[in-house]
Amino acid sequence: MGNARLLLPESMAPGDVVKARLLVEHPMHTGYLQDLQGRLVARNVILLLTCDYGGREVFRVEPSSGIAGNPLFEFFFRVQNPGELRVRWVDDRGLAGELLHPVTVQVPAGPSAGA
Amino acid sequence: MMHKWLRWCGVMMCWMCFAAPAIAQTRQLPQAQLKSGLAFAGADVRALQADEFGNPAQLWLARGAQRWREPQGAGGQSCQSCHGDAQQSMRGAATRYPSVDVKTGQLLNLEDRILQCRSQQQKGPELLRESDDLLALSLHVSRASHGMPLRVDISGPAQPHWQQGQRQFFERQGQLNLSCAQCHDQNHGRRLYTDALSQGQPNGYPVYRLEWQGVGSLERRLRSCFVGVRAEPLAWGALESRQLSLYLMWRGEGLPLEVPAVRK
Amino acid sequence: MTPAASLTRLLKLVPARRHWLQSMAQGVLALAVLRAWPARAQGMVSGQLLSLPQMLEPLLQGRVAKPQGLRLELPVLVDNGSLVPVRVQVDSPMTEQDHITHIYLLSQRNPVTQMAVFHLGPWSGRAEVSARLRLAGSQLVVALARRSDGSFCYQSADALVTESACVDGS
Repeated sequence: MGNARLLLPESMAPGDVVKARLLVEHPMHTGYLQDLQGRLVARNVILLLTCDYGGREVFRVEPSSGIAGNPLFEFFFRVQNPGELRVRWVDDRGLAGELLHPVTVQVPAGPSAGA
Repeated sequence: MMHKWLRWCGVMMCWMCFAAPAIAQTRQLPQAQLKSGLAFAGADVRALQADEFGNPAQLWLARGAQRWREPQGAGGQSCQSCHGDAQQSMRGAATRYPSVDVKTGQLLNLEDRILQCRSQQQKGPELLRESDDLLALSLHVSRASHGMPLRVDISGPAQPHWQQGQRQFFERQGQLNLSCAQCHDQNHGRRLYTDALSQGQPNGYPVYRLEWQGVGSLERRLRSCFVGVRAEPLAWGALESRQLSLYLMWRGEGLPLEVPAVRK
Repeated sequence: MTPAASLTRLLKLVPARRHWLQSMAQGVLALAVLRAWPARAQGMVSGQLLSLPQMLEPLLQGRVAKPQGLRLELPVLVDNGSLVPVRVQVDSPMTEQDHITHIYLLSQRNPVTQMAVFHLGPWSGRAEVSARLRLAGSQLVVALARRSDGSFCYQSADALVTESACVDGS
């Protein structure tokens, strides 16, 4: 499916609230415009986008034609264990997209470890 | 006496043959006054371009890097098979187009050159004009020249093309009966309704245009310029489009290439 | 009578009547231009403008929204209505007991009023989201947030969307 990219801070520690930036390739056609041949370009927007982490949903957005093409979303979530962010989205045509992004967490070394 | 007169005539004729063409190439817009379209853009557009992660054109750049590595040729070659790392092998390439192809004698822009390479050298499936894949590859190749000054060659076989491009630039056209020069040489910085008129520089192509919600070529942008003055847009693939592009690149000589650029 | 014949007949009108028709046509055209001109000069006009209650009521359903505790960041002058960066921040500890559940972005003029709705929770850690909107002309943009206790807060911001001087059609 379409390209997407996600950005997380370089270093994250357990308990941190971090910002995720997500850019998704999608035309988000409004359905109001015509192509160069004068034909109406059918509406096709992302209807639902979710992000899972650590077995639970940490972000959900329901966009509409009022969101710009190739949408960018920024959201926050609480980091705990190393794992993966799984972003999924579906559009008007029923086409689904997915992006996986690792979550690397620096466990602080200290006397408590293994004590 | 006669000798002096003859010598004077000879000198004049030499001057007219060599210096006069140079005079014809004097710039309306001095090189010291050249400004990228970014200088005329609003804060949001500038912020978008500067956003290394969130610049929407990054999606096309990523696609371009992917396509570069994909085996497409009849023998399974990718662009990488012959050209290696584009960021090394393609350094400076985008600043030199349009240029005259030595083999065919045709004036090609960068997209044409990629299309030609795909069909003649790589012998892979045809890339469609203005398709996302072609634009992505063009962006990927152009990225290798990011920050480098525009520098097209207008000597030799390119000279007549440059002259045609110059003619078009100064020619009034369309229902609004405007020439490129009138807006972009004489009135840059002033406002057309609420838009600040730029110099119309080509140093940001292929560009992510907010109007298009996608990436497009200089050829596409020139078509919309023509529509803007209510003139018949140049057909896709038209020689005049490449000639005008050549003139624009010469006119903007020295401006650093911006990849990936965002414009409204 | 064929259309051609009717047209010919119309064109053969008495000169005085034709002159009158021309004047009328010019008058109508001038009137249309006059009516359209201020709108074009000020910014894009399309669609109806909703009032604030009209925008909020379908979501509030009788409840009250307080105009506090929410920050809406939106450019005042928009380069291009196709991409308008927006950020919404809501004051909230984002704990299990007290957190933001929804953030709505509403348009006064767009054909579709609800541009997006974000679902948040204590796992979010912070009630802040950013997005890029499409605005079909100068209008009020409203951000509405719902708290876990069922209360609402909102903020509105005016955006001036200028019309692009050139028509594209590339």
